Amino acid sequence: MTTPHDVTDALAAASAPRQRGLLARGLGRSYGDAAQNSGGLVLDMTAFKRVLNLDTVGAEVRVQAGADLDQLTRFLLPHGLWLPVVPGTRQVTVGGAIAADVHGKNHHVAGSFGSHVLEMDLMTADGQVHTLTPQGVDSELFWATVGGMGMTGVILHATVACSHVETAYVVVDTERARDIDDLLARLTTDDDTYHYSVAWFDALATGRALGRAVITRGRGATLDDLPPELAREPLAFGSRSASLTTPALPLGAVNRWTGRAFNELWYRKAPVERRAEVQAIGTFFQPLDAVGDWNRLYGPRGFCQYQFVVPFEAVETFRRAVEVIAGSGHPSCLNVLKRLGPSNPGMLSFPAPGWTLAVDLPVKPGLDRLFAQLDDLVLSAGGRVYLAKDSRLTAATLSSMYPRLQEFRAVRAKVDPAGIFVSDLARRTQL
Amino acid sequence: MIDALGNPQSLLLLGGTSDIALAIAHAYAGRANGLRVVVAARPGPRRDDAVQDLQRAGCVVRAVDLDARLPSSQTAAVDAAAAEGDIDVAVLAYGVLGDNEQAWHDVETGAELAEVNFVGPVTAGIVLADRIRRQGHGVVVALSSVAAERPRRSNFVYGSTKAGFDAFYTGLGEALREHGGHVLVVRPGFVHSKMTQGLKAAPLATTPDRVAAAVVAAVDARKEQVWVPPAMRLVMSTLRHLPRPVFRRLPL
Ligand SMILES: Cc1cc2nc3c(=O)[nH]c(=O)nc-3n(C[C@H](O)[C@H](O)[C@H](O)COP(=O)(O)OP(=O)(O)OC[C@H]3O[C@@H](n4cnc5c(N)ncnc54)[C@H](O)[C@@H]3O)c2cc1C
Ligand SMILES: NC(=O)c1ccc[n+]([C@@H]2O[C@H](COP(=O)([O-])OP(=O)(O)OC[C@H]3O[C@@H](n4cnc5c(N)ncnc54)[C@H](OP(=O)(O)O)[C@@H]3O)[C@@H](O)[C@H]2O)c1
Repeated sequence: MTTPHDVTDALAAASAPRQRGLLARGLGRSYGDAAQNSGGLVLDMTAFKRVLNLDTVGAEVRVQAGADLDQLTRFLLPHGLWLPVVPGTRQVTVGGAIAADVHGKNHHVAGSFGSHVLEMDLMTADGQVHTLTPQGVDSELFWATVGGMGMTGVILHATVACSHVETAYVVVDTERARDIDDLLARLTTDDDTYHYSVAWFDALATGRALGRAVITRGRGATLDDLPPELAREPLAFGSRSASLTTPALPLGAVNRWTGRAFNELWYRKAPVERRAEVQAIGTFFQPLDAVGDWNRLYGPRGFCQYQFVVPFEAVETFRRAVEVIAGSGHPSCLNVLKRLGPSNPGMLSFPAPGWTLAVDLPVKPGLDRLFAQLDDLVLSAGGRVYLAKDSRLTAATLSSMYPRLQEFRAVRAKVDPAGIFVSDLARRTQL
Repeated sequence: MIDALGNPQSLLLLGGTSDIALAIAHAYAGRANGLRVVVAARPGPRRDDAVQDLQRAGCVVRAVDLDARLPSSQTAAVDAAAAEGDIDVAVLAYGVLGDNEQAWHDVETGAELAEVNFVGPVTAGIVLADRIRRQGHGVVVALSSVAAERPRRSNFVYGSTKAGFDAFYTGLGEALREHGGHVLVVRPGFVHSKMTQGLKAAPLATTPDRVAAAVVAAVDARKEQVWVPPAMRLVMSTLRHLPRPVFRRLPL
């Protein structure tokens, strides 16, 4: 689409008899079937990507929803501004970031993307454009749209609050944790003193090394932090600094043996402790963006992400889940663990205070049993699985994980009674 | 939808009382909770048993009437299944073996084989294809037979109907590719089922459960053809290439 008029046309087409609905799609970076609508219409938002307004003093940017975070990073940095939240890839649109309410390494202190949206325009199934704000009269629709996976309508424009930065660099501390207890203890002690924090953990180590990890945490670099050669162009965006975090992914298919070797290598490669290393933001935040076809490494049936969060109190369940994954024989290489902070009012928003963990497993027999076992653990602890990464939850499990689903459905029934907006994810889980 | 791990949410069994179809449903029921199954079959105690059996396995089951010899009945069965949601996997299972001697002497018997094993499946395939094109996804498991590969004196009437069936579904798979559809043509050898009850088992005889396991694995891998047992592939390939005078003398 290139103009809002195209959305109206698509809505008309999708409302004809025997049609299978409409879905907005950004860059398709959700892992599962959230951005697919088999047999139906899909609206490609990526050409609708202009920056409409920038307020450098108030640090606000207004964009068309197809604008992506890579484009915006490059646009904002020269003004000393940056996005409030960035996920593990910059190849994500603003619409997709709102619809999945994405989180980044700063969730524990800054919350998720939707918390920084000041205003958005949403076209609903009747062709009306609603201007929504977090606290306004339409706040219910706002918070159904944040995390709503495209089911409330098409986000057309959004105004996002940015943060001021002095440089395009991060000052990073790296440390190793010898096991899961050490890891959780380190993160519990002083995580809030860092603006950004994430841990990569070894998902194959068992026994005493269970949950051993490399923790990288940092804060935005000030001018004083930069060595002279970088200080000349402090806001230049590039991935120039030597990269420690860029994974040397195993060549060829990932299996238990290459996976084990890879996990071992990554753990050993990290320094036991290193303080105050200056890294370019691209290197720090999106190491995978530098690796071209990383998703090809997983063999013909591809791979399946599983990301969940459980409340801090459920630390025993969390530990058990790590044990189950490590003992399963299913090899995961991209394993991320993080503390999440408070939730926002998004009805289907994923982040909630607690421990989150993401693994990435090649599809092979038995994987469904592993995931079902993890679902049970997560449910028993009152946790949930991230929809933007899901491709196998059932309707029943999802509704137990997202207690506000009924509320969400009620809003959807009001703004889209005929169910025009639909995705394969929504079909599968009866959103 | 079939999820990323290959678990469907709904099955349509055309010939829902077939032992092989039921074994396939059980194999999927073991993987997916609350699987929706539509059992399309002639009404009667066999269908009632099939429904109960799948309910016990945790499926949500619905029975619809199907007479393979009536084209309108194929349409009605597919429509009834589609009314409940997307059809993720359809299994084309009905079929008759018949008595070969009677079938090539008696018009009525021969015609029944042709209608049940070929005409019916073609009409069902057309209706399913329309549904799959609209859904943008969907898998058809078509139960052909090794008998389709080379006509034998002892069962050429059945073999000829299955040859037509096999060719149709192989081609349908090609046609549905661009629409997101997928067809798996299954070629079992001798399977111990009610179809073969009382017959002397052939070498490499197998069971409905083994056929089901092979089907599920082949759908997971998005294969287009599978032989059960796998060794049948080589056996048939050899038999296909034997000169006729030699083939004729084999005790097949
Ligand atoms: C390598 C990698 C790393 C990632 N890391 C993270 C991470 O750290 N944290 C995190 O939270 N996520 C992460 N993700 C997931 C990703 O951020 C989300 O899936 C995001 O939604 C993708 O945005 P997209 O523009 O590609 O949207 P798509 O995948 O195209 O769509 C996602 C959803 O958004 C909806 N949508 C898109 N545009 C609109 C619109 N204009 N109006 C209404 N609905 C719309 C779609 O309908 C769909 O439901 C990662 C993904 C990858 C591939
Ligand atoms: N068994 C084998 O050795 C073997 C080998 C290769 C291929 N196959 C094929 O595999 C498929 C399944 O066979 P199976 O072994 O499971 O045999 P089965 O149990 O006998 O199943 C065949 C089913 O076809 C149904 N049927 C027959 N005529 C029908 C009609 N006019 N209308 C509706 N349904 C009709 C029967 O249903 P009712 O209950 O109504 O009678 C029966 O349940 C068949 O297509 C068969 O040709 C079997």
